[in-house]
Amino acid sequence: MAGDGGYFDQSALDTCRTNLGIDQPILVQFGNFIWGLLRFDFGLSMWSGQPIAYEIGLRFELSLQVAIMATLISVLISIPLGTISAVKQDTWVDYVVRTFSIAGIAMPSFWLGILIILGLLIFTQSWFGEAWMPPIQYVPIWEDPWYNMSMLIWPAIATGYRYSAVATRMTRSALLEVLREDYVRTARAKGLLEKIIINRHALKNAMLPVVTVIGIEFAFLMGGLVVTEQVFNLNGLGKLFVESVTNNDYNLTQALVMVVVTVFVFVNLVIDLFYAWLDPRIRYT
Amino acid sequence: MAVGSKVVIESGLEDLAERLSWYAVLADLIRRKPLGAAGGVIVVIMLIAGVFAPVFAPFDPVINDYTRPHFAPNLINLLGTDQFGRDILSRIIYGARTALLIGFTSSIIGAFTGLILGVASAYFGGLFDLIFQRIMDVIMAFPLIILALAMIAVLGPVVQNDVLLVILAITIPFVPRCARVVRASALAIREIPYVDAARACGFSHLRIILRHMTPNVMAPFLIMITAFVGQAILLEASLSYLGLGVQEPIPAWGLMLQGGAEEYAESAPWIAVFPGLAITLAVFGFNLFGDALRDTLDPKLRSQ
Repeated sequence: MAGDGGYFDQSALDTCRTNLGIDQPILVQFGNFIWGLLRFDFGLSMWSGQPIAYEIGLRFELSLQVAIMATLISVLISIPLGTISAVKQDTWVDYVVRTFSIAGIAMPSFWLGILIILGLLIFTQSWFGEAWMPPIQYVPIWEDPWYNMSMLIWPAIATGYRYSAVATRMTRSALLEVLREDYVRTARAKGLLEKIIINRHALKNAMLPVVTVIGIEFAFLMGGLVVTEQVFNLNGLGKLFVESVTNNDYNLTQALVMVVVTVFVFVNLVIDLFYAWLDPRIRYT
Repeated sequence: MAVGSKVVIESGLEDLAERLSWYAVLADLIRRKPLGAAGGVIVVIMLIAGVFAPVFAPFDPVINDYTRPHFAPNLINLLGTDQFGRDILSRIIYGARTALLIGFTSSIIGAFTGLILGVASAYFGGLFDLIFQRIMDVIMAFPLIILALAMIAVLGPVVQNDVLLVILAITIPFVPRCARVVRASALAIREIPYVDAARACGFSHLRIILRHMTPNVMAPFLIMITAFVGQAILLEASLSYLGLGVQEPIPAWGLMLQGGAEEYAESAPWIAVFPGLAITLAVFGFNLFGDALRDTLDPKLRSQ
């Protein structure tokens, strides 16, 4: 509790321990934690003294928006690229797309973030004569959409590119498999346009594994945001998480871990339900 | 790969003796898996740079030299200097050492623990397997970096050495990921009669797990290790970038991107560009090498 050799007042220490509830036996502490979870009451932050639910509520909106935008960007990148790469299998187009997606996995998103900032600075400096940086003050999207987008689009690109890599590979391999199916051959034999075969017959049936990957990624984006929010100095959940670890704010770390896992489990449930809608052969009874 | 007539002719009797020599094997690998071979070259360069860092590095990576801060890349400092006048090339070469140390140690320990636990889980089956798999499920529900950060929060006050702390924080999330893959292979091996034969001979559980089952799940195990090294290097860089991993003055790539990189992005972009390039190349190399190894050792896993 106190630093080595520092003077501390025993009664103040006891008060502190009582306030934090760590004078209780470990089982009672655990019971309190679970009871609190059921009522969405995570207790107080050890660092700021504010209720944790309030701290999270402040930042949830920003992180959710970046996560949704990053997912959209990764879908917009991965499905067209994966499709092209599967249709033109083993040509130079395929190799370019595959290298692009492997690079996305290898490149740390914080470095991509730094490069984006660097690129923006140099580009605006040379074209407009004045260096421009994305704004730092968060404004909700319904108040000033342009301002909001000019701030959040960059971190969304930095995270979205990384996550598009896995989805691109998945789209490619799923589509390659479907293109070998009998009904695709039938469609070709009927003389349908290649465009219709790909879009209507093949892509629709290749989407199942891709939806899984994208859904899981959405849950994992919470993890990816930890680093990206640091680069772009965004006051979101990821930054809060890093701060809680740096400050040894155990209550907050614990609560945020619970939030991330809850989102993950919930998203998985939604994907499972989505399956039944996407693939009528699957029925939950 | 397509087996054309050319390949068939080449692999005639005359070629057979030559095939056994190492350079023939190497040439074969380069022809069949050019990307994997490229990855292997990157890995070897990185290994040599890391092991012989004092030989290759032109400057001391730790000592500050305030007479030469922010030097752009030139003939003396090939990649420029940072805000403390330290040579960036030297720090990248020494950084390879840190990255490899943490990458290999955490992957090997994590994969080994996962190997033993996964095989044991498949061998014993029943309630043990059920409970063990549910525990693994819980750990798998955490994104890699979230779990690593949580581990640092928990272990931070106990473990004083920051390199050891990072290794532990990266190792623990790897265990269930390896255990699950190994368990799947071990379940198939369990059904093969030689395991029953070993039981009938009266061998102990430990002996059957270690001597009879473990050697037969080596292929997925080796694949997991190479896949982990790339991830571990990326994770170490992320943790160090966040200021929660390796601490100054140890040269580490993630750490080099922290602080100076963003602050001086406009005036000294080389501080931000080169360490990130090193991370990307290293992870790229290990991933390509791992993919090629996976295709060679276990074609069944290709679709995963």
